[in-house]
Amino acid sequence: MSEDVTLSNISMDFGKFRAVDKVDITIKAGEFFSFLGPSGCGKTTILRLISGFMDPTQGKVLIGGKDMTGTRPNERPTALIFQNLALFPLMPIWENIAFGLEVRGVDKATRRAKAEELLKLVDLHESADKKVSQLSGGQKQRVAIARALAVEPKVMLLDEPLSALDLKLRQHMRAELRAIQKRTGVTFIYITHDQGEALAMSDRVGVMSQGVLQQVATPNEIYNQPSNGFVASFVGENNIFDGKIKSIKAGEATYDTSVGSFAAKIGPGVTKDTPVRLYVRPEHCTLTKAAAKSGNSIPVEVTESAFEGNFINVFLKDNAGQTHMAQVQNDPTAPPPQRGAKVQMNFDADHGVLLAHAKTRS
Amino acid sequence: MSELIRRYGSSLTWIIIAFTAFWLLVLVLIPNFVLFEFSFKPYLPVDQLGGPKDFYSLNNYWTFFNSPIHIRIFFQTVLYSSAVTLLCLILSYPLAYFLAKIVDAKTAPSIFLLLIIPLWVSEILRSFAWFIILAFNGPLNAMLQGIGLEPVRWISGFNAVIIGLIYSYLLFMLLPIYNAISSLDTNQIEASEDLGASLWRTHWRVVIPHSKPGIASGCVMVFMLCAGSVIVPSTLASPSSRWFTEIIQQWMFEGLDWNTGAAYAFLLLTLCIIFVSLVMRLLNVRLVDIAK
Repeated sequence: MSEDVTLSNISMDFGKFRAVDKVDITIKAGEFFSFLGPSGCGKTTILRLISGFMDPTQGKVLIGGKDMTGTRPNERPTALIFQNLALFPLMPIWENIAFGLEVRGVDKATRRAKAEELLKLVDLHESADKKVSQLSGGQKQRVAIARALAVEPKVMLLDEPLSALDLKLRQHMRAELRAIQKRTGVTFIYITHDQGEALAMSDRVGVMSQGVLQQVATPNEIYNQPSNGFVASFVGENNIFDGKIKSIKAGEATYDTSVGSFAAKIGPGVTKDTPVRLYVRPEHCTLTKAAAKSGNSIPVEVTESAFEGNFINVFLKDNAGQTHMAQVQNDPTAPPPQRGAKVQMNFDADHGVLLAHAKTRS
Repeated sequence: MSELIRRYGSSLTWIIIAFTAFWLLVLVLIPNFVLFEFSFKPYLPVDQLGGPKDFYSLNNYWTFFNSPIHIRIFFQTVLYSSAVTLLCLILSYPLAYFLAKIVDAKTAPSIFLLLIIPLWVSEILRSFAWFIILAFNGPLNAMLQGIGLEPVRWISGFNAVIIGLIYSYLLFMLLPIYNAISSLDTNQIEASEDLGASLWRTHWRVVIPHSKPGIASGCVMVFMLCAGSVIVPSTLASPSSRWFTEIIQQWMFEGLDWNTGAAYAFLLLTLCIIFVSLVMRLLNVRLVDIAK
C-alpha cells in the first residue's frame, strides 16, 4: 500500500542558485513526514523532485527502492496536493476525483462508484455533482485529498495545503489529514512553514534552512532537543544570549556573556571552541523578586506584557539592553510583575542549551 | 453610467459617449441600413428613381439564387474559409501553448515581436511577397529544386489563396488562444500529469476546455476575415479560384450596381452570422465569453 522514499544525497541547482544542498534521508513507508522551514528554504523544490516535475542536479530519488530518475510525474506512484489545490473548475466534483481513474481507462460506472466511495471517506456525501466553485475552502481541500487518494498512490505529497484556510478549519483539517493518513497507511510527505502543523501531525519532521536539512527527528525531539541554533529559534520561541564558553565539565558548560555567567547544557557536537549561543525557552523562565538560590538568575526590567488568555508573555530587558520574554501561566491570584518593575529572571541549567549556528551549504 | 461619471467627470463622460454613439450610428448602423434598403431596390438610371419601376422586391437576392456560378463561388468561399480557419487553429494551438506555458517569460516578448513585425507591412505588400515566393520560377521552387525535388505549381486552384490567408490571419487565431491558455493555472496542467494523464489527455480534458472561449473567438475572427477578404484572394488568385467578395466588388465597382452588390454583401453577412452561432453552439460558449 505504501512505499518508502529515499533522497540519496540530492542537490538541485537553478543556474547559480542552489535550492537544495545534499539532502540525504529515507522516509519510511507509512510515515507522516514533514519538511518544515521558512519560505525559500527549498522544501517545495524537494516535493517537486519527488513528484518528478524535475530531476535533481546531483543524487537520486528512490521510491520503494526504485530509481526514479527520468520517470515522468504521470508514471510515478506519487500524488501531489498543490498549495492552491488545482482542482479542475470545469469538471463536476466526481469527475475531478475520478480523473486519475479516467486516464487509466476505468469505465464510467466504476469511476462514479469509486468517486462516491471516496467522497464518503472525506465526509462529503452529497457533493458528487456539484461544481468546484460551489464548495467552501475546507470542502475543496477534502476533494483534493480524495482526488489524490483515488489513484491509490504509494506516496502522497502535500504542499502547504492548509495555508489558505482559516485557523479553526486548519486545526480541524490537521486532525482529519492525520486520520486519513492512518486509515489509508499511505506515506505522507508534508511541506509547511507552520511549525504548529508540522509538530501536531508528523511522525518525524525535517527542518530545513537555505536548502540544507538541519535536523530530522520526532516533533518532541525537534522542540526539546534542537540540534542547532536555527532549529531552536525557528521552532518555538527562545531567549538568546551571545557569549563564549568558558569551561565544559560533565556535559555542562559555563558560558560567559555581557550580562553574567550561566550554567547550561551543551548541544550536539559542541566543543569548547565552537561558536555557540545560549537558548532558553520562555516557558522555562520564571520571574521572582529576589535572585533564586540555585540555577541561573539575571536582573531584568519589565517592558511590556501581553495577555494571551491561558498564559501571559512578559517582555523583559536585561542590563545590556537585550530583549527577553518569560511565559507565565495566567493566575488572577498571582498577577505577573507590572511594567517598569525590576525583577530577576531565572532558569535551570537543564533548560538552557548551548547550540551551534545553522548548518550552511558546504 | 454613474460609475463612469464619478470616474471621469460628466463632461468627459458625455464626450466619450458621443464619440461611441457617432462611431456606432454614423459609421456602422446608418451605412448598413442604407445598403440594406438598397438591396431590395432595383438598379435604375437616375431619372427613373422614384418612378413606377422603383419598388421594393427580392429580385436582387433572386439574381444570386438563379446564378449557379455565384452559388458555387459562395460555397467555395465558405469551404475554403473554413479550411483556413481549421488550419490556423491547428497551427496556432501548439504555438500558443508553447508561448504561454513552455517558453520562459523573458523570451516570450521577443518571439511575439518576431510574430508581429510582418503586420507592420500592409496586407497588399505581404500578398505580393507571397505571390513572388510562390511563383513557378520563384524562390520556393528554386529551393525545392536545389534539394532535388520537382517544382510545384503553387498558384493553382485555391492553394496560394489558402497559404496567403493563413499567413495573413494566423495571429488573429494565435493571440486569443494564447490569452486563454495564459490564464490557465499551470498547477492544473501539472495536477493532471501528476494524476497520470498523458500529454494528449491533459490537453483534451484540461487545457482545451479552459481555452474554448479563446478558440471560439479566434475561429470566428479568422473565418470572418477570410470570408470578407478581398486583397489576398485577388492577389494570389489562380484562374480557377474566385472569392465571393470579388463578385460583390464586381457588382459594385465594375457593374456600378450597388443594389445587387448590397444583396450579395448581406448574403455574406448572413453566412458569417450563421457561422458564428454554429461555432458557439459547437464549442458551447456564449457571446460574452468570446467578447472577453
